[in-house]
Amino acid sequence: MIFSELYSAYYNTVAAIISRILDGEHSERELQRIVSERAFGESVLTIMPSLKSEKWQLVHADMTTALVHAPTMPLTTLQKQWLKAISLDPRVRLFDVAFPHLDGVEPLFTPADYYVYDRYSDGDPFEDEEYIRQFRVILAAIRQGEQIKFEMTNRNGNTMFVRCRPVKLEYSEKDDKFRVLTAGWRSVSTVNLSKIRACVPYTGERPSEGEVRPAQYDTITLKVVDERNALERVLLHFAHFEKQAEKLGRKTYLLRIRYDRDDESELVIRVLSFGPMVEVIGSESFQKLVIEKLKKQKNCGFR
Amino acid sequence: MSTYSELIKNFEKIRAYMRDFYVYGFRKRADYGASPKVTKSARSYDDERRRIESWLGDHMSFVRTPEGKSVFISIDSRTISHNPFYNAWKAKSFTDGDITLHFVLFDILHDPAERRTVTELLCEIDEKYLSGFEEPMMFDESTVRKKLKEYCEAGIITAEKEGRKMYYRRTEGADVSELEDALQYFSEVAPCGVIGAFLLDKFPRGTDTFAFKHHYITGAIDSGVLAALFTAMRERRVVTVSNISRRENMPRKARIIPLRILVSVQSGRQHLVAYLPEYNQFQSYRIDYLSGVKLEEPTPRFDELRAELDRMQSHMWGVSTKRNKWGEEHLEHVEFTVRVEDHEAYIVRRLEREKRIGTVERLDDHTYRFSADVYDSGELIPWIRTFICRIEKMNFSDRTQENQFKKDLEAMYRMYGIDGEVSE
Repeated sequence: MIFSELYSAYYNTVAAIISRILDGEHSERELQRIVSERAFGESVLTIMPSLKSEKWQLVHADMTTALVHAPTMPLTTLQKQWLKAISLDPRVRLFDVAFPHLDGVEPLFTPADYYVYDRYSDGDPFEDEEYIRQFRVILAAIRQGEQIKFEMTNRNGNTMFVRCRPVKLEYSEKDDKFRVLTAGWRSVSTVNLSKIRACVPYTGERPSEGEVRPAQYDTITLKVVDERNALERVLLHFAHFEKQAEKLGRKTYLLRIRYDRDDESELVIRVLSFGPMVEVIGSESFQKLVIEKLKKQKNCGFR
Repeated sequence: MSTYSELIKNFEKIRAYMRDFYVYGFRKRADYGASPKVTKSARSYDDERRRIESWLGDHMSFVRTPEGKSVFISIDSRTISHNPFYNAWKAKSFTDGDITLHFVLFDILHDPAERRTVTELLCEIDEKYLSGFEEPMMFDESTVRKKLKEYCEAGIITAEKEGRKMYYRRTEGADVSELEDALQYFSEVAPCGVIGAFLLDKFPRGTDTFAFKHHYITGAIDSGVLAALFTAMRERRVVTVSNISRRENMPRKARIIPLRILVSVQSGRQHLVAYLPEYNQFQSYRIDYLSGVKLEEPTPRFDELRAELDRMQSHMWGVSTKRNKWGEEHLEHVEFTVRVEDHEAYIVRRLEREKRIGTVERLDDHTYRFSADVYDSGELIPWIRTFICRIEKMNFSDRTQENQFKKDLEAMYRMYGIDGEVSE
């Protein structure tokens, strides 16, 4: 069962508190800090008061405990089953890991139990040895805050030699691709992992310069007419953006979406996919892009 | 009157609220009595809103209008490395006895080599752990036995009989310390990723190595239903479920054989495809509308039905199936042609990577044709619209769909005031 106190923020927080007490920490303020860091917004009103008042008989009023071992809990069957399922995913080879103690454990699910039907078919080659090697070089550099260098071919067909500091690996479930988010590289900040070659750790002494290039955001405003279940489809489709919806009339709604300017072309066709149920009413420049597409369509001779 | 707690006993109650705040976000407090999916009292609304705010913190926003205040959850999922909805799964309530017993039991059974009988445990709990408190808790034998049974079922305690005595010990631990990166990734992209998030809680907060684009996080709140359906499929069982369709207000019970979960990474929707034995039909159900999954008897037909679904999927663009109770199928033909200019090789790549079960043919240097035979041509319409600006021809066997597409296009021309403009 997924919904169990065994996995709760409270149990984890209390375990951390007891560990700190066993390490010799008895300051209530310090222990309260653990609550703020590990539990929820209002947990400070419950956890320490429950321990102090001996409601939960684990810690005495003087912040000592009769427990003698730092609390640990073995993996539950559910956790093992999920790990077993992950061990069957081809992408697990990206990580240089083994899954111990899972012999005889049945997977929670297998690749035959679920199917992603609209993922693009030109995803990254997750089982290619060189791709895996480069993935691991980048991952290690992110963890250690170090630089890498690699080669890639730019749009003009020229080879570029790049030195940068990878910050994150960004995965798109739709594209089934990883992009490397980088800092200290003037021309671009994001590169498709499958497009880089000869990636190795940079061992030279030139320091990493510059931070991650911040994304440039714009906002569009859409008028949604709730016909053919459009409202739910639109709101769910754009749910991964920062957005705000407002009811205008019985069947009309306003939706504001904040998006990364780099993704504008993609957003235009996503808006078009809803047909006349969604009208772009702002920004003017985004509306122009949609109108441009429609004008071109009018000229296709399609009746 | 019960006092408010940020913890909850029943997840189902909060599920509809979270989805509503996240997906819709424009409803006012007063609207919550009227919604078919969220029919709760005003006090219940206040409590649930306060809980979600406590779990999600800064991700909650408010907007005040003359009609009242709307609460919504707004998250650019590209900027977060961990799904905040997982917090809801970490808010299960428990009793004072539960938490006390949990930590004391695992302190006594701190190593798999340590084993105790219930009587030994009771004695040690009283003397060593609780006697120092002013008003020590009293655990009776049945309470401890019940807790041990629960932990045996969860797989964290094992019981072994020796003669007439039953001994309990903690199960062998598995070292997951090497798995942090894999867990960070799979907890966000794999089904039931919340279980990976539970495992990540065992690590100190370190570097977040991954970010996620096009990342739908709302499925997290359906993880309980999903896990139950996976269990049913693993054990090849019939299930009964409650389903709220968007056309009806009341949930309806269905007795079905779950066959496969179909996931959309472009719409954020997850469906179950199941077989309905009473109607000899295959049907898809939105996972977010299902609840109360109850596992029933095993079925010998699972493998045969899944093989049938495998075959049917070669005609499914999305999740629709059309097969009547006599096993007869109706397929619809879809065909459209697009124009590709010299510098637009990316359009051909788009067609190839997005064609799913369809085929793409090159007709000449500048013209490509997509075609497919599917159960439901309506499912392709949104995708075909993404090629607006280059569609030259269309041929649907379902003329109603084709005409609707054309009417919609005309409506879009009118909407943007270009209907009167003469084509060049």
